[in-house]
Amino acid sequence: MTALFLAALAVLAAGALAAPLSGSHAPRVGAGAAVAGGALGLGAAAGVLCGLPAAPLNVSWNVPYGSFSLGIDALSAVFLVPVFLLPAVAAVYGTGYMRHARHSPGAHWFFYDLLVAGMAMVAAARNGILFLVAWEIMSLASFFLVATDDTDEHVRRAGWTYLVATHLGTAFLVAMFMLLSRGSGSMDFDRLAVPASGAAAVFLCAVAGFGTKAGFMPLHVWLPEAHPAAPSHVSAVMSGVMVKTGLYGLLRMLTLLPAPPAWWGGLLLAVGAGAVPAVLLALAQRDLKRLLAYSSVENVAVAALGVGTGLLGRATGHPAVAALGFAAALLHIVNHSLFKGTLFLAAGSVLHATGTREIERLGGLLKTMPATGAAFLVGAVAASGLPPLNGFPAELLLYVAAYRGAASGSPAALATIVALVLVGGIASAAFAKAFGTAFLGAGRTPCVQDARDPAPAMRLSTTVLAVLCIASGLLAPALLPLLAPAVSVLLPEGGPGGTDSVQAAAGTLASVTLASLVLAVAAGALALLRAKLLEGREVREAVIWDCGYAAPTARMQYTGTSFARPLTMLFRAILPMRGRSRRPTGLFPSPSSVATEPSDLARERLFQPLFERFSLAVAPVRRLQGGRVQVYVLYVAATLVALLVFRLGAP
Amino acid sequence: MTAASLLHPLLALVLAPLLPGIANRVKARVAGRTGAPLLQTYYDLARLLRRGAVYSRTTTWVFRAGPTLSLAAVLVALLIVPLGRWKAPLAFDGDFVLFAYLLALARFFTVSAALDTGSAFEGMGASREVQFSALAEPALLVGMGAVAAGTGGLSLSAMLAGPSATAWSATGPALALVAAALAAVFLCENARIPFDDPNTHLELTMIHEVMVLDHGGPDLAFVEYAASLKLWVLGAVVVGVLLPSFGASDVLDALAAAAALPVLAAGTGLVESVTSRLRLVRVPQVLAGAGALSLLAWLLVRR
Repeated sequence: MTALFLAALAVLAAGALAAPLSGSHAPRVGAGAAVAGGALGLGAAAGVLCGLPAAPLNVSWNVPYGSFSLGIDALSAVFLVPVFLLPAVAAVYGTGYMRHARHSPGAHWFFYDLLVAGMAMVAAARNGILFLVAWEIMSLASFFLVATDDTDEHVRRAGWTYLVATHLGTAFLVAMFMLLSRGSGSMDFDRLAVPASGAAAVFLCAVAGFGTKAGFMPLHVWLPEAHPAAPSHVSAVMSGVMVKTGLYGLLRMLTLLPAPPAWWGGLLLAVGAGAVPAVLLALAQRDLKRLLAYSSVENVAVAALGVGTGLLGRATGHPAVAALGFAAALLHIVNHSLFKGTLFLAAGSVLHATGTREIERLGGLLKTMPATGAAFLVGAVAASGLPPLNGFPAELLLYVAAYRGAASGSPAALATIVALVLVGGIASAAFAKAFGTAFLGAGRTPCVQDARDPAPAMRLSTTVLAVLCIASGLLAPALLPLLAPAVSVLLPEGGPGGTDSVQAAAGTLASVTLASLVLAVAAGALALLRAKLLEGREVREAVIWDCGYAAPTARMQYTGTSFARPLTMLFRAILPMRGRSRRPTGLFPSPSSVATEPSDLARERLFQPLFERFSLAVAPVRRLQGGRVQVYVLYVAATLVALLVFRLGAP
Repeated sequence: MTAASLLHPLLALVLAPLLPGIANRVKARVAGRTGAPLLQTYYDLARLLRRGAVYSRTTTWVFRAGPTLSLAAVLVALLIVPLGRWKAPLAFDGDFVLFAYLLALARFFTVSAALDTGSAFEGMGASREVQFSALAEPALLVGMGAVAAGTGGLSLSAMLAGPSATAWSATGPALALVAAALAAVFLCENARIPFDDPNTHLELTMIHEVMVLDHGGPDLAFVEYAASLKLWVLGAVVVGVLLPSFGASDVLDALAAAAALPVLAAGTGLVESVTSRLRLVRVPQVLAGAGALSLLAWLLVRR
């Protein structure tokens, strides 16, 4: 299986290198490599998940502490599934999406293939230096992809925000690996020896460093800027897959650390509780892609709830609960990549067809873009965590784990339940708003008039992902046992209790699938009954009942913002809305207006003041870099003289 | 799954439309009116099923499919709820989460169909519906956490089998708190006073009714039938939490539970007669209060 994985990497690398050289064929070469590499890699990951052996690879590398060590265990394989699957499908979409791009396509596909290869390397690296190199390849490639549309000032700013955030995160990771290698002097994962006293520091560095990439609240602030700015297929890959590398890193570190104390689980549950503000922020957004980005923050937080439940269960000696928590986290990571991919690709088609991401300017798109609308609906139901789609199984497992914990009296478990319920209700409000405002009703502005479903390549890939959402929802009981080996990696002392609980959970999911099938049959039978009843009867079309008003206009519709307003007002303590309004005055009122904008507290109250203080504090240092070449030459000369003196002074 | 487990769904399918009839009849009697016949909902359903349909020009297939999908979701939810010690056809650990989420799925389609009309009134109703349900769900699912902790079961069929009389005396206060919270959820989710008024005549003040304003014919029949079934299933959950098991026989327990449902419907009518509707801004507070009761119940059970 390792050979297959290496072949996938080679194909991706070859595609990356060949794309810039192949001129106008670059999309075909680049996307072809992503698809071919993805297929090979998926084969390798599936093989490992089905129990085939993957020999670790260890090649020496003349970098201090570095060695080219790769290994694919069950945990890596679970993450490799979305890493290879989603980018392959999104690449096909990208060939259509980037057709009218201003830039030459070569650079785009170079970075795209590099991003996929980087993510795959992150999941397979077994040496700290190699891991960091792969991490940087992934981060830099995605930075260039975010900045694709670099003539737009917002995009440039989003790119910088991302670059700064990801490197602050990497700084924590460097510190983490230095702490890890202190004991043994080696960065190979299997030789890292962590003294129990240093484990807490390593864990906190991992949460901060990986949490930045994963978008843990409040470290998420770069995510809603960067993901919407990127081209939509890249947004799908970043939101659906790349944020998960943060979770992978965290889980991998946990396998290297000694058994966790209970507060580690508590910390991750606190991180997971960030799902509530995140989903509220998603609800309040007017920009379709920002809404999806905040929803990704929420879904990562839900996965963090799973990891936290797992850690807490492990620490308190409840392997059955712990196994359910970890299994839920892993299942959600795979499923989220599918439905978030669907949603971002559909949103990209909307942006492509209408030229706007502003929900309030859209409306009625289901009539003109039926395929895109249906795919978005599937993604929206899944993202709301509703059965029978693939957002539900992981949430159900998490609920069961939390109820088990709550029945034994754990307040943390009850808090998890409260967070999950609130997130579920608000998420379905957010996606009812997104789907309802953009795709239903009547078009609000002229930009929707000429909207059409996109080119076949784009439509096909969106539909494929939507079908995968349905399939992975129904097949969850068959997929869950494949995750059991990965759960055992995370739960080394679990014993049979953990495995049994995953098997029992598969039975639970089988019942859900049964219910889903009954639902499908019932819906089908009722639809037939309805068709039969209406057969031969008068079925008319008429104007809508608007309290008797017979000439309603599209502007009289409820807007998405007003739809969300009761909930956003209720939670205004954690979600303040900034607004400007010009009230009508006088007997003959002048034009009036109102504008509202949701504000992200983490950004405005935490990071902006922090960075402003920081830049004030370092302002004196900036005088060293005044932009005068003569001064710089002086620095060089002074440094040389100082070194000379130092050297002469030494014995 | 046994033959007895299918009896409850069959009973519900036939008798559910009776419950709104009872509630309305009690309301009318308290107000000194004769009121509509007990079987009025059946007459309405029969009449609607014979009609054609009129659709707004702005709507798409989502509007037409909404009532069908909502009814299907409520039907599946019915398969999860036991009656007395008649186990539900579908019982597994955590099935009440599926139950709550199926009701949420039905709501998602109702809300989508409402937004599909492009009418401000239906948008308003949909907006209120998602707000209230987002607050009612925590009360329901935390309350279920208390019941699960009290009974040691994680499936509705085990949790609602009815505590024995001795168990009731031990966990009674907690169960009563849960039942109070669930009663609030029951009234809110079924669009009854004090949360919503099923008989209001002004679109601006409606919540559930305004969302389904534009449905007609068989679609409206599906909506009404789904509403009756929802009244039944949520009622069965409330009754299941409260009513102790007599332990004589399964049939007797199930019959007692079935008899308790019309009583609950009559109680709903009484509540509707003696309370006025809450101001919309007060509803979230009441629902949050219900959530607090559930939390308190969990603390009591846990001790």
